[in-house]
Amino acid sequence: MALSRDQIAMRVAQELQDGYYVNLGIGIPTLVSNYVPTDMEVMLQSENGLLGMGPYPTEENVDADMINAGKETVTAVTGASIFSSAESFAMIRGGHVDLTVLGAFEVDQNGNIASYMIPGKLVKGMGGAMDLVAGAQNIVVTMTHADKRGNSKLLESCTLPLTGVDCINKVVTDLAVMSIKDGSFHLLERAPGVSVEEIIEKTAGKLVVPDHVPEMKV
Amino acid sequence: MAGFNKVVDTYEQAMAGLSDGMTVIAGGFGLCGIPEGLIEQIKQMKTKELTFVSNNCGVDDFGLGVLLQDKQIKKMISSYVGENAEFERQYLSGELEVELTPQGTLAEKMRAGGAGIPAFYTATGFGTPVAEGKEVKSFDGRNYILEESITGDFAIVRAWKADKIGNLVFRDTAMNFNPMAATAGKITVVEVEEIVEVGELQPTEIHTPGIYVNRIIKGQFEKRIERLTLAKN
Repeated sequence: MALSRDQIAMRVAQELQDGYYVNLGIGIPTLVSNYVPTDMEVMLQSENGLLGMGPYPTEENVDADMINAGKETVTAVTGASIFSSAESFAMIRGGHVDLTVLGAFEVDQNGNIASYMIPGKLVKGMGGAMDLVAGAQNIVVTMTHADKRGNSKLLESCTLPLTGVDCINKVVTDLAVMSIKDGSFHLLERAPGVSVEEIIEKTAGKLVVPDHVPEMKV
Repeated sequence: MAGFNKVVDTYEQAMAGLSDGMTVIAGGFGLCGIPEGLIEQIKQMKTKELTFVSNNCGVDDFGLGVLLQDKQIKKMISSYVGENAEFERQYLSGELEVELTPQGTLAEKMRAGGAGIPAFYTATGFGTPVAEGKEVKSFDGRNYILEESITGDFAIVRAWKADKIGNLVFRDTAMNFNPMAATAGKITVVEVEEIVEVGELQPTEIHTPGIYVNRIIKGQFEKRIERLTLAKN
């Protein structure tokens, strides 16, 4: 069975380590914050200028001056800091954020990512995505393995305008966990009940498959 | 003698000198931390052909979006736009020029502009449409593109507190682009929630020193929320 959005987030949460500073993008990446292991402390960075993002506020605690990068009302945890957007991107560009999780339209076997623009459709902008993929050392992309028509989103070469080049090293999809290195996808894990054959069929880029592919624990 | 007292009483005084074709740098992220009254004043002035440098362009009836109604904006330099129908219409019809700029690069362009640095190299955007026409240079085996900094004829800023000589403190994430915007305007105008006496702000708590600020006006803010999200019970 292909993973649900929450299950993808649960699997990504296994990439977290105690003491990590983490930036979570909009969509499935945001859900990762619901699955931080209880024996672990992580600090969430929001690129508008907040380190130590907390949960959504109660009605009484709503404050228009406290929002995240998705423009949602949020709170700050004890120990949080708030700073300018230039400072925020200094920490991103300077490689100080330990893990970045973001969505994508396409990823290719050379670690390129396309995530912000579909030609012919209205271009709304890249926001902070180009800075995040250029600055982070450790990036996990979450996406469905194929689009609604069954076309693979894991390609030999991205077809859409790029957000960043040679920057993605791990992808968690609804079917598989893969690393990207040496010009290939490497199958690391498969979703429970999903066959290696299905993953091979839905991966258009070069895929290296080991003899044994364990099931994800979600 | 006014000395360092930068407080003005009216919005007309606050935006005096703004004219057609100027570049305005605006603080704010989404609808958070925007100088609401200064934007309204620009609307009243009907100034045209303006270039705005701002992370976003508001919504149809609030924030910079209101300046689209009378087509006052010629060009937007932003990282994320299109939260409003009129923006989309003007953009698609070619009436409005848009220069999409990565968010961190945009912040750094303002910061560098205010700091007298004409350009800087960044890895952000290398190999993407953003890099088109820009110089590429390799440092330690990694490729970077040259991005030019930005200054404005005006900067419009929202702060929480200012003293009368223009020292500023921002409130929570309403800080966002405001400190950089404040440094990058030839004339920097700050709309604040509260004006305090000189000496009330501790020197070490000041986010933006008054040297960057030319005019201060006390505003009234609606503080509209773009996406209200609440904790589940």
